[in-house]
Amino acid sequence: MTHYDINSIRADFPILKTKVNGHPLIYLDNGATTQKPSVVIDAISAYYTQINSNVHRGVHHLSQVATDAYEVTRNKIRAFINAAHEHEVILTNGTTHGINLVSTCFGKEFIHAGDEIIITAMEHHSNIVPWQMLCEEREVVLKIVPINDCGELDLDTYRSLLNERVKMVAITYVSNTLGTLNPIKEIIALAHQYDAAVLVDAAQAIQHIPIDVRALDVDFLAFSGHKMYGPTGVGVLYGKEKWLDRMPPYQGGGDMIKEVTFEKTTYNVLPFKFEAGTPNIEAGICLGAAVDYITTVGLTNIAQYETELLKYATTQLADIDELRFIGTAAEKCSVISFLLNGAHPYDVGVILDKLGVAVRTGHHCTQPLMDRFGIPGTVRASLAMYNTKEDIDALTVAVKRAAQMLL
Amino acid sequence: MAKYEYIIQLGKELSPMNEAYRRDDLLIKGCQSRVWLHADYDGDRVVFTADSDAIITKGLVSLMIKVLSGQTAADIVEADLYFIDAIGLKEHLSPTRANGLVAMVKQMKLYAMALAAR
Repeated sequence: MTHYDINSIRADFPILKTKVNGHPLIYLDNGATTQKPSVVIDAISAYYTQINSNVHRGVHHLSQVATDAYEVTRNKIRAFINAAHEHEVILTNGTTHGINLVSTCFGKEFIHAGDEIIITAMEHHSNIVPWQMLCEEREVVLKIVPINDCGELDLDTYRSLLNERVKMVAITYVSNTLGTLNPIKEIIALAHQYDAAVLVDAAQAIQHIPIDVRALDVDFLAFSGHKMYGPTGVGVLYGKEKWLDRMPPYQGGGDMIKEVTFEKTTYNVLPFKFEAGTPNIEAGICLGAAVDYITTVGLTNIAQYETELLKYATTQLADIDELRFIGTAAEKCSVISFLLNGAHPYDVGVILDKLGVAVRTGHHCTQPLMDRFGIPGTVRASLAMYNTKEDIDALTVAVKRAAQMLL
Repeated sequence: MAKYEYIIQLGKELSPMNEAYRRDDLLIKGCQSRVWLHADYDGDRVVFTADSDAIITKGLVSLMIKVLSGQTAADIVEADLYFIDAIGLKEHLSPTRANGLVAMVKQMKLYAMALAAR
Protein backbone atom coordinates (compact mmCIF):
# COMPACT_ATOMS: atom_id res chain seq x y z
CA MET A 1 0.00 0.00 0.00
CA THR A 2 1.18 3.51 -0.75
CA HIS A 3 1.72 5.72 2.28
CA TYR A 4 -1.57 6.46 3.98
CA ASP A 5 -1.06 9.77 5.72
CA ILE A 6 -3.71 9.53 8.41
CA ASN A 7 -2.61 12.74 10.15
CA SER A 8 -2.98 14.80 7.04
CA ILE A 9 -6.36 13.17 6.31
CA ARG A 10 -7.58 13.98 9.82
CA ALA A 11 -6.39 17.55 9.44
CA ASP A 12 -8.70 17.86 6.42
CA PHE A 13 -11.79 17.26 8.61
CA PRO A 14 -12.18 20.30 10.91
CA ILE A 15 -14.99 18.79 13.01
CA LEU A 16 -12.68 16.07 14.31
CA LYS A 17 -11.08 18.66 16.61
CA THR A 18 -14.38 19.02 18.51
CA LYS A 19 -14.61 18.18 22.20
CA VAL A 20 -17.70 16.39 23.53
CA ASN A 21 -18.49 16.34 27.23
CA GLY A 22 -14.91 17.33 27.95
CA HIS A 23 -13.46 14.52 25.82
CA PRO A 24 -12.04 14.63 22.30
CA LEU A 25 -14.73 13.58 19.83
CA ILE A 26 -14.39 9.94 18.77
CA TYR A 27 -16.70 9.82 15.78
CA LEU A 28 -17.77 6.26 15.00
CA ASP A 29 -21.22 6.90 13.57
CA ASN A 30 -20.05 7.06 9.97
CA GLY A 31 -22.71 4.62 8.79
CA ALA A 32 -25.28 7.30 9.66
CA THR A 33 -23.32 10.09 8.04
CA THR A 34 -19.67 10.93 7.45
CA GLN A 35 -17.93 14.18 8.31
CA LYS A 36 -16.91 16.57 5.54
CA PRO A 37 -13.42 17.58 4.47
CA SER A 38 -12.53 21.28 4.12
CA VAL A 39 -12.60 21.03 0.34
CA VAL A 40 -16.32 20.16 0.47
CA ILE A 41 -17.11 22.81 3.09
CA ASP A 42 -15.18 25.40 1.06
CA ALA A 43 -16.95 24.36 -2.12
CA ILE A 44 -20.32 25.01 -0.47
CA SER A 45 -19.22 28.49 0.50
CA ALA A 46 -17.72 29.11 -2.94
CA TYR A 47 -20.95 28.01 -4.60
CA TYR A 48 -22.99 30.62 -2.76
CA THR A 49 -20.41 33.39 -3.00
CA GLN A 50 -19.54 32.88 -6.66
CA ILE A 51 -21.96 30.91 -8.83
CA ASN A 52 -25.37 30.52 -7.16
CA SER A 53 -27.92 30.29 -9.94
CA ASN A 54 -30.53 27.87 -11.24
CA VAL A 55 -29.41 25.11 -13.56
CA HIS A 56 -30.54 23.98 -17.02
CA ARG A 57 -32.65 27.12 -17.48
CA GLY A 58 -31.00 30.47 -17.96
CA VAL A 59 -28.98 31.83 -20.82
CA HIS A 60 -27.27 34.24 -18.46
CA HIS A 61 -23.69 33.78 -17.36
CA LEU A 62 -24.18 32.48 -13.80
CA SER A 63 -26.77 29.95 -14.86
CA GLN A 64 -24.34 28.62 -17.43
CA VAL A 65 -21.57 28.37 -14.85
CA ALA A 66 -23.81 26.62 -12.31
CA THR A 67 -25.14 24.22 -14.97
CA ASP A 68 -21.62 23.39 -16.10
CA ALA A 69 -20.50 22.74 -12.51
CA TYR A 70 -23.55 20.55 -11.88
CA GLU A 71 -22.88 18.53 -15.02
CA VAL A 72 -19.19 18.25 -14.12
CA THR A 73 -20.27 16.42 -10.95
CA ARG A 74 -22.39 14.06 -13.00
CA ASN A 75 -19.39 13.21 -15.11
CA LYS A 76 -17.16 12.77 -12.06
CA ILE A 77 -19.66 10.28 -10.67
CA ARG A 78 -19.86 8.50 -14.00
CA ALA A 79 -16.11 8.05 -13.91
CA PHE A 80 -16.13 7.15 -10.20
CA ILE A 81 -18.48 4.18 -10.77
CA ASN A 82 -17.32 3.58 -14.35
CA ALA A 83 -20.76 4.00 -15.92
CA ALA A 84 -20.86 3.93 -19.71
CA HIS A 85 -22.81 7.18 -20.08
CA GLU A 86 -23.34 10.37 -18.11
CA HIS A 87 -27.07 10.13 -18.74
CA GLU A 88 -27.18 6.89 -16.77
CA VAL A 89 -26.34 8.93 -13.66
CA ILE A 90 -29.52 10.38 -12.11
CA LEU A 91 -28.95 12.89 -9.33
CA THR A 92 -31.46 12.21 -6.56
CA ASN A 93 -31.75 13.47 -3.01
CA GLY A 94 -30.45 10.22 -1.52
CA THR A 95 -30.49 6.43 -1.58
CA THR A 96 -34.12 6.21 -0.44
CA HIS A 97 -35.20 8.49 -3.29
CA GLY A 98 -33.29 6.33 -5.80
CA ILE A 99 -34.86 3.09 -4.63
CA ASN A 100 -38.35 4.59 -4.61
CA LEU A 101 -37.80 5.89 -8.13
CA VAL A 102 -36.94 2.40 -9.34
CA SER A 103 -39.71 0.63 -7.43
CA THR A 104 -42.23 3.11 -8.85
CA CYS A 105 -41.06 3.56 -12.44
CA PHE A 106 -39.50 0.17 -13.14
CA GLY A 107 -42.47 -1.31 -11.28
CA LYS A 108 -45.01 0.46 -13.52
CA GLU A 109 -43.41 -0.75 -16.71
CA PHE A 110 -42.01 -4.17 -15.89
CA ILE A 111 -43.64 -5.69 -12.78
CA HIS A 112 -47.16 -7.06 -12.96
CA ALA A 113 -49.61 -9.16 -10.92
CA GLY A 114 -48.18 -12.59 -10.21
CA ASP A 115 -44.57 -11.45 -10.62
CA GLU A 116 -42.03 -11.76 -7.83
CA ILE A 117 -39.46 -9.50 -6.17
CA ILE A 118 -36.58 -10.82 -4.09
CA ILE A 119 -35.01 -8.91 -1.22
CA THR A 120 -32.97 -10.18 1.73
CA ALA A 121 -33.37 -10.47 5.50
CA MET A 122 -30.71 -7.81 6.09
CA GLU A 123 -32.23 -4.92 4.11
CA HIS A 124 -32.63 -1.40 5.45
CA HIS A 125 -36.28 -0.30 5.67
CA SER A 126 -35.54 1.85 2.59
CA ASN A 127 -35.02 -1.30 0.57
CA ILE A 128 -38.03 -3.12 2.05
CA VAL A 129 -40.90 -0.68 2.26
CA PRO A 130 -40.85 0.62 -1.37
CA TRP A 131 -41.09 -2.98 -2.62
CA GLN A 132 -43.80 -3.84 -0.10
CA MET A 133 -45.80 -0.85 -1.31
CA LEU A 134 -45.43 -2.05 -4.89
CA CYS A 135 -46.43 -5.59 -3.90
CA GLU A 136 -49.56 -4.39 -2.13
CA GLU A 137 -50.53 -2.18 -5.05
CA ARG A 138 -50.27 -4.78 -7.77
CA GLU A 139 -50.43 -8.25 -6.24
CA VAL A 140 -46.76 -8.95 -6.58
CA VAL A 141 -45.07 -11.46 -4.29
CA LEU A 142 -42.15 -10.44 -2.07
CA LYS A 143 -39.63 -13.21 -1.35
CA ILE A 144 -36.93 -12.92 1.32
CA VAL A 145 -33.47 -14.50 1.17
CA PRO A 146 -32.67 -15.65 4.72
CA ILE A 147 -29.33 -15.31 6.53
CA ASN A 148 -27.35 -17.58 8.83
CA ASP A 149 -26.41 -16.74 12.45
CA CYS A 150 -23.22 -15.01 11.30
CA GLY A 151 -25.28 -12.67 9.12
CA GLU A 152 -24.35 -14.20 5.75
CA LEU A 153 -26.87 -14.70 2.97
CA ASP A 154 -28.13 -18.21 2.33
CA LEU A 155 -27.20 -18.41 -1.34
CA ASP A 156 -28.72 -21.88 -1.81
CA THR A 157 -32.12 -20.50 -0.85
CA TYR A 158 -31.49 -17.52 -3.11
CA ARG A 159 -30.87 -19.86 -6.06
CA SER A 160 -34.03 -21.80 -5.27
CA LEU A 161 -36.10 -18.58 -5.15
CA LEU A 162 -35.05 -17.54 -8.66
CA ASN A 163 -37.42 -18.27 -11.54
CA GLU A 164 -38.91 -16.50 -14.60
CA ARG A 165 -41.52 -14.69 -12.48
CA VAL A 166 -38.79 -12.80 -10.60
CA LYS A 167 -38.49 -9.35 -12.16
CA MET A 168 -36.33 -7.61 -9.55
CA VAL A 169 -33.70 -8.56 -7.00
CA ALA A 170 -33.05 -5.68 -4.59
CA ILE A 171 -30.15 -6.16 -2.23
CA THR A 172 -27.72 -4.23 -0.11
CA TYR A 173 -24.01 -4.37 -0.95
CA VAL A 174 -22.98 -3.91 2.70
CA SER A 175 -25.38 -4.41 5.61
CA ASN A 176 -25.68 -1.18 7.60
CA THR A 177 -26.33 -3.18 10.77
CA LEU A 178 -24.11 -6.26 10.43
CA GLY A 179 -21.36 -5.03 8.14
CA THR A 180 -21.76 -8.11 5.95
CA LEU A 181 -20.22 -7.62 2.51
CA ASN A 182 -22.47 -9.52 0.12
CA PRO A 183 -21.20 -11.41 -2.97
CA ILE A 184 -22.97 -8.97 -5.25
CA LYS A 185 -21.34 -10.05 -8.49
CA GLU A 186 -22.45 -13.64 -8.09
CA ILE A 187 -25.94 -12.56 -6.99
CA ILE A 188 -26.29 -10.34 -10.07
CA ALA A 189 -25.06 -13.05 -12.44
CA LEU A 190 -27.55 -15.55 -11.02
CA ALA A 191 -30.46 -13.09 -11.33
CA HIS A 192 -29.54 -12.35 -14.94
CA GLN A 193 -29.86 -16.04 -15.82
CA TYR A 194 -33.59 -15.47 -15.27
CA ASP A 195 -33.62 -11.98 -16.85
CA ALA A 196 -34.36 -10.40 -13.48
CA ALA A 197 -32.98 -6.90 -12.95
CA VAL A 198 -30.87 -6.19 -9.89
CA LEU A 199 -30.88 -3.05 -7.75
CA VAL A 200 -27.96 -2.69 -5.36
CA ASP A 201 -28.26 -0.44 -2.32
CA ALA A 202 -24.70 0.85 -2.11
CA ALA A 203 -25.28 3.39 0.68
CA GLN A 204 -22.78 1.59 2.94
CA ALA A 205 -20.38 0.52 0.17
CA ILE A 206 -19.67 3.48 -2.09
CA GLN A 207 -17.39 5.19 0.49
CA HIS A 208 -15.50 2.01 1.37
CA ILE A 209 -14.82 -0.08 -1.73
CA PRO A 210 -14.20 0.63 -5.41
CA ILE A 211 -17.37 0.00 -7.43
CA ASP A 212 -17.43 -0.59 -11.17
CA VAL A 213 -21.02 -0.82 -12.38
CA ARG A 214 -20.02 -2.33 -15.71
CA ALA A 215 -17.80 -5.01 -14.17
CA LEU A 216 -20.65 -5.85 -11.77
CA ASP A 217 -23.16 -5.67 -14.63
CA VAL A 218 -25.59 -4.16 -12.10
CA ASP A 219 -28.88 -2.76 -13.43
CA PHE A 220 -29.42 -0.11 -10.76
CA LEU A 221 -27.15 1.23 -8.03
CA ALA A 222 -28.26 3.76 -5.42
CA PHE A 223 -26.21 5.72 -2.91
CA SER A 224 -26.15 8.93 -0.83
CA GLY A 225 -23.76 11.89 -0.95
CA HIS A 226 -23.68 12.53 2.79
CA LYS A 227 -22.33 9.07 3.58
CA MET A 228 -19.40 9.61 1.18
CA TYR A 229 -18.00 12.80 2.71
CA GLY A 230 -20.30 14.96 0.61
CA PRO A 231 -23.24 17.23 1.39
CA THR A 232 -26.63 16.09 2.67
CA GLY A 233 -29.56 16.17 0.28
CA VAL A 234 -27.96 14.71 -2.82
CA GLY A 235 -27.63 11.12 -3.93
CA VAL A 236 -27.13 9.08 -7.05
CA LEU A 237 -29.15 6.53 -8.90
CA TYR A 238 -27.23 4.74 -11.60
CA GLY A 239 -29.39 2.85 -14.06
CA LYS A 240 -28.64 1.04 -17.27
CA GLU A 241 -29.79 3.05 -20.26
CA LYS A 242 -31.82 0.11 -21.56
CA TRP A 243 -34.05 0.25 -18.47
CA LEU A 244 -34.11 4.01 -17.88
CA ASP A 245 -35.15 4.67 -21.48
CA ARG A 246 -38.19 2.45 -21.17
CA MET A 247 -39.24 3.55 -17.68
CA PRO A 248 -41.92 6.27 -17.30
CA PRO A 249 -40.91 9.48 -15.46
CA TYR A 250 -41.07 9.59 -11.66
CA GLN A 251 -42.37 13.06 -10.86
CA GLY A 252 -43.80 15.63 -13.21
CA GLY A 253 -42.57 19.19 -13.26
CA GLY A 254 -39.92 21.51 -14.60
CA ASP A 255 -36.77 20.22 -16.29
CA MET A 256 -38.23 16.78 -17.03
CA ILE A 257 -40.31 17.92 -20.01
CA LYS A 258 -39.62 18.46 -23.66
CA GLU A 259 -42.90 20.09 -24.54
CA VAL A 260 -46.02 20.77 -22.50
CA THR A 261 -49.45 21.51 -23.88
CA PHE A 262 -52.71 20.93 -22.01
CA GLU A 263 -53.42 18.05 -24.37
CA LYS A 264 -50.12 16.20 -24.16
CA THR A 265 -46.70 16.49 -22.59
CA THR A 266 -43.60 14.90 -24.03
CA TYR A 267 -40.70 14.11 -21.78
CA ASN A 268 -37.13 15.23 -21.75
CA VAL A 269 -34.23 12.90 -22.53
CA LEU A 270 -32.17 11.06 -19.92
CA PRO A 271 -31.18 11.90 -17.26
CA PHE A 272 -33.49 14.96 -17.06
CA LYS A 273 -36.63 12.82 -17.48
CA PHE A 274 -36.04 11.70 -13.87
CA GLU A 275 -34.96 15.04 -12.46
CA ALA A 276 -38.13 17.09 -12.12
CA GLY A 277 -37.92 20.43 -10.37
CA THR A 278 -34.95 22.49 -9.22
CA PRO A 279 -32.45 20.04 -7.74
CA ASN A 280 -30.24 20.58 -4.70
CA ILE A 281 -27.73 22.44 -6.86
CA GLU A 282 -25.28 23.31 -4.12
CA ALA A 283 -25.12 19.72 -2.83
CA GLY A 284 -24.91 18.32 -6.35
CA ILE A 285 -21.97 20.53 -7.30
CA CYS A 286 -20.17 19.96 -4.00
CA LEU A 287 -20.61 16.20 -4.20
CA GLY A 288 -18.08 16.51 -6.99
CA ALA A 289 -15.56 17.88 -4.48
CA ALA A 290 -16.18 14.86 -2.24
CA VAL A 291 -15.64 12.48 -5.16
CA ASP A 292 -12.37 14.28 -5.96
CA TYR A 293 -11.28 13.99 -2.35
CA ILE A 294 -11.98 10.25 -2.20
CA THR A 295 -10.24 9.74 -5.53
CA THR A 296 -7.16 11.63 -4.35
CA VAL A 297 -6.81 9.50 -1.22
CA GLY A 298 -7.69 6.48 -3.34
CA LEU A 299 -10.53 4.05 -2.61
CA THR A 300 -8.18 1.07 -2.77
CA ASN A 301 -6.01 2.69 -0.08
CA ILE A 302 -9.07 3.54 1.98
CA ALA A 303 -10.42 -0.01 1.69
CA GLN A 304 -7.09 -1.48 2.76
CA TYR A 305 -6.73 0.91 5.70
CA GLU A 306 -10.29 0.39 6.91
CA THR A 307 -10.03 -3.40 6.62
CA GLU A 308 -6.98 -3.31 8.92
CA LEU A 309 -8.79 -1.03 11.34
CA LEU A 310 -11.90 -3.21 11.38
CA LYS A 311 -9.71 -6.21 12.17
CA TYR A 312 -8.03 -4.29 14.98
CA ALA A 313 -11.37 -3.14 16.40
CA THR A 314 -12.78 -6.64 16.31
CA THR A 315 -9.75 -8.03 18.17
CA GLN A 316 -9.80 -5.28 20.79
CA LEU A 317 -13.51 -5.54 21.52
CA ALA A 318 -13.43 -9.34 21.56
CA ASP A 319 -11.41 -9.03 24.78
CA ILE A 320 -14.47 -7.78 26.65
CA ASP A 321 -16.10 -10.84 28.20
CA GLU A 322 -19.66 -9.54 28.29
CA LEU A 323 -19.55 -8.36 24.68
CA ARG A 324 -21.35 -10.23 21.94
CA PHE A 325 -20.87 -9.35 18.27
CA ILE A 326 -23.97 -9.22 16.09
CA GLY A 327 -22.76 -9.93 12.57
CA THR A 328 -19.68 -12.09 12.26
CA ALA A 329 -19.62 -12.73 8.52
CA ALA A 330 -16.31 -13.79 6.97
CA GLU A 331 -16.47 -10.83 4.59
CA LYS A 332 -17.21 -7.58 6.39
CA CYS A 333 -16.87 -3.87 5.77
CA SER A 334 -16.68 -0.91 8.16
CA VAL A 335 -19.41 -1.90 10.64
CA ILE A 336 -19.15 -3.50 14.07
CA SER A 337 -22.42 -4.18 15.87
CA PHE A 338 -22.45 -5.54 19.38
CA LEU A 339 -24.36 -5.94 22.61
CA LEU A 340 -23.22 -6.06 26.19
CA ASN A 341 -25.00 -9.05 27.67
CA GLY A 342 -27.74 -7.80 29.95
CA ALA A 343 -27.43 -4.13 28.98
CA HIS A 344 -29.81 -2.28 26.69
CA PRO A 345 -28.02 -0.72 23.69
CA TYR A 346 -29.53 2.66 24.59
CA ASP A 347 -27.80 2.60 27.99
CA VAL A 348 -24.46 1.75 26.40
CA GLY A 349 -24.90 4.57 23.88
CA VAL A 350 -25.59 7.14 26.61
CA ILE A 351 -22.47 6.17 28.61
CA LEU A 352 -20.32 6.18 25.47
CA ASP A 353 -21.61 9.64 24.58
CA LYS A 354 -20.63 10.93 28.01
CA LEU A 355 -17.11 9.71 27.23
CA GLY A 356 -17.07 11.50 23.87
CA VAL A 357 -17.66 8.40 21.75
CA ALA A 358 -20.37 8.77 19.09
CA VAL A 359 -22.00 5.50 18.06
CA ARG A 360 -25.46 4.58 16.86
CA THR A 361 -27.82 2.54 19.00
CA GLY A 362 -31.16 1.02 18.15
CA HIS A 363 -32.57 -1.06 15.33
CA HIS A 364 -30.75 0.90 12.57
CA CYS A 365 -33.91 0.85 10.41
CA THR A 366 -33.62 -2.92 10.11
CA GLN A 367 -36.40 -4.15 12.40
CA PRO A 368 -36.95 -7.48 10.60
CA LEU A 369 -33.22 -8.18 11.05
CA MET A 370 -33.45 -7.42 14.79
CA ASP A 371 -36.40 -9.82 15.01
CA ARG A 372 -34.26 -12.43 13.23
CA PHE A 373 -31.66 -12.16 16.00
CA GLY A 374 -34.29 -11.74 18.74
CA ILE A 375 -32.78 -8.48 20.02
CA PRO A 376 -34.17 -4.93 20.45
CA GLY A 377 -31.20 -3.32 18.73
CA THR A 378 -27.43 -3.11 18.78
CA VAL A 379 -24.65 -0.68 19.50
CA ARG A 380 -22.99 0.10 16.18
CA ALA A 381 -19.56 1.52 15.58
CA SER A 382 -18.93 2.30 11.90
CA LEU A 383 -15.60 3.38 10.47
CA ALA A 384 -14.49 5.97 7.97
CA MET A 385 -11.17 6.82 6.34
CA TYR A 386 -10.20 9.22 9.18
CA ASN A 387 -10.64 6.84 12.12
CA THR A 388 -7.56 5.58 13.94
CA LYS A 389 -6.43 2.81 16.27
CA GLU A 390 -6.55 5.46 19.01
CA ASP A 391 -10.27 5.91 18.25
CA ILE A 392 -10.74 2.17 18.66
CA ASP A 393 -8.79 2.19 21.92
CA ALA A 394 -11.01 4.98 23.24
CA LEU A 395 -14.09 3.01 22.17
CA THR A 396 -12.80 -0.10 23.93
CA VAL A 397 -12.10 1.78 27.16
CA ALA A 398 -15.55 3.40 27.00
CA VAL A 399 -17.31 0.08 26.41
CA LYS A 400 -15.43 -1.43 29.36
CA ARG A 401 -16.53 1.50 31.50
CA ALA A 402 -20.14 1.03 30.34
CA ALA A 403 -19.97 -2.68 31.19
CA GLN A 404 -18.66 -1.80 34.64
CA MET A 405 -21.45 0.70 35.25
CA LEU A 406 -24.35 -1.20 33.75
CA LEU A 407 -23.75 -4.85 34.54
CA MET B 1 -20.27 10.36 35.21
CA ALA B 2 -21.25 10.33 38.89
CA LYS B 3 -24.66 11.64 37.85
CA TYR B 4 -25.19 8.66 35.58
CA GLU B 5 -23.96 6.23 38.20
CA TYR B 6 -26.65 7.70 40.47
CA ILE B 7 -29.35 7.42 37.80
CA ILE B 8 -28.36 3.80 37.17
CA GLN B 9 -28.52 3.18 40.91
CA LEU B 10 -32.03 4.69 41.00
CA GLY B 11 -32.99 2.40 38.15
CA LYS B 12 -31.74 -0.65 39.99
CA GLU B 13 -33.62 0.39 43.16
CA LEU B 14 -36.98 1.10 41.51
CA SER B 15 -39.67 -1.11 43.04
CA PRO B 16 -40.55 -3.85 40.61
CA MET B 17 -43.69 -3.36 38.61
CA ASN B 18 -46.52 -5.85 38.71
CA GLU B 19 -45.83 -8.17 35.73
CA ALA B 20 -49.47 -7.84 34.69
CA TYR B 21 -48.86 -4.15 33.92
CA ARG B 22 -46.08 -4.82 31.43
CA ARG B 23 -48.72 -4.59 28.71
CA ASP B 24 -48.44 -2.98 25.31
CA ASP B 25 -51.26 -0.54 26.10
CA LEU B 26 -49.21 0.79 29.03
CA LEU B 27 -46.13 1.41 26.87
CA ILE B 28 -45.04 5.00 26.44
CA LYS B 29 -44.44 5.79 22.80
CA GLY B 30 -41.39 7.63 21.57
CA CYS B 31 -38.67 5.82 23.49
CA GLN B 32 -35.76 3.90 22.00
CA SER B 33 -36.16 1.63 25.01
CA ARG B 34 -39.50 0.36 26.26
CA VAL B 35 -41.17 2.09 29.21
CA TRP B 36 -44.32 0.90 30.93
CA LEU B 37 -46.20 3.28 33.21
CA HIS B 38 -49.19 2.43 35.40
CA ALA B 39 -51.23 4.69 37.67
CA ASP B 40 -53.35 3.68 40.64
CA TYR B 41 -55.58 6.03 42.52
CA ASP B 42 -55.45 6.17 46.31
CA GLY B 43 -58.17 8.63 47.27
CA ASP B 44 -57.17 11.94 45.72
CA ARG B 45 -53.60 10.76 45.26
CA VAL B 46 -51.97 9.10 42.29
CA VAL B 47 -49.57 6.21 42.79
CA PHE B 48 -47.29 5.42 39.85
CA THR B 49 -45.38 2.25 39.10
CA ALA B 50 -43.13 1.85 36.10
CA ASP B 51 -40.50 -0.26 34.43
CA SER B 52 -38.13 -0.10 31.47
CA ASP B 53 -35.82 -2.49 29.69
CA ALA B 54 -33.06 0.16 29.73
CA ILE B 55 -31.56 0.97 33.11
CA ILE B 56 -30.84 4.68 32.50
CA THR B 57 -34.40 5.20 31.31
CA LYS B 58 -35.58 3.29 34.35
CA GLY B 59 -33.50 5.56 36.56
CA LEU B 60 -35.09 8.63 34.98
CA VAL B 61 -38.56 7.13 35.49
CA SER B 62 -37.63 6.33 39.05
CA LEU B 63 -36.67 9.96 39.60
CA MET B 64 -40.04 11.13 38.31
CA ILE B 65 -41.86 8.60 40.46
CA LYS B 66 -39.97 9.75 43.55
CA VAL B 67 -41.15 13.27 42.90
CA LEU B 68 -44.69 12.74 41.60
CA SER B 69 -46.02 9.46 42.99
CA GLY B 70 -48.27 9.85 46.02
CA GLN B 71 -49.02 13.50 45.26
CA THR B 72 -52.51 14.83 44.69
CA ALA B 73 -53.79 14.85 41.14
CA ALA B 74 -53.99 18.66 41.21
CA ASP B 75 -50.37 18.99 42.34
CA ILE B 76 -49.15 16.61 39.63
CA VAL B 77 -51.01 18.48 36.92
CA GLU B 78 -49.58 21.77 38.18
CA ALA B 79 -46.06 20.46 38.86
CA ASP B 80 -43.27 22.62 37.45
CA LEU B 81 -40.42 20.20 36.89
CA TYR B 82 -37.70 22.85 36.96
CA PHE B 83 -35.52 20.50 39.02
CA ILE B 84 -34.74 18.37 35.94
CA ASP B 85 -32.99 21.38 34.50
CA ALA B 86 -31.45 22.35 37.83
CA ILE B 87 -29.76 18.97 38.31
CA GLY B 88 -28.30 19.01 34.82
CA LEU B 89 -30.62 16.59 33.05
CA LYS B 90 -32.06 19.22 30.74
CA GLU B 91 -30.83 17.40 27.63
CA HIS B 92 -33.23 14.62 28.53
CA LEU B 93 -36.15 17.04 28.41
CA SER B 94 -35.78 17.87 24.75
CA PRO B 95 -38.73 16.36 22.87
CA THR B 96 -36.35 14.87 20.32
CA ARG B 97 -34.45 12.74 22.82
CA ALA B 98 -35.00 9.05 22.38
CA ASN B 99 -35.51 8.32 26.07
CA GLY B 100 -39.02 9.74 26.15
CA LEU B 101 -38.76 11.61 29.45
CA VAL B 102 -41.05 14.25 28.04
CA ALA B 103 -43.58 11.64 26.93
CA MET B 104 -43.29 10.05 30.35
CA VAL B 105 -44.08 13.29 32.23
CA LYS B 106 -46.93 14.04 29.85
CA GLN B 107 -48.43 10.60 30.48
CA MET B 108 -48.12 11.04 34.27
CA LYS B 109 -49.93 14.36 34.03
CA LEU B 110 -52.63 12.81 31.83
CA TYR B 111 -53.29 10.11 34.44
CA ALA B 112 -53.53 12.81 37.11
CA MET B 113 -55.87 14.87 34.94
CA ALA B 114 -58.10 11.84 34.39
CA LEU B 115 -58.39 11.45 38.16
CA ALA B 116 -58.99 15.13 38.77
CA ALA B 117 -61.82 15.05 36.22
CA ARG B 118 -63.70 12.32 38.03
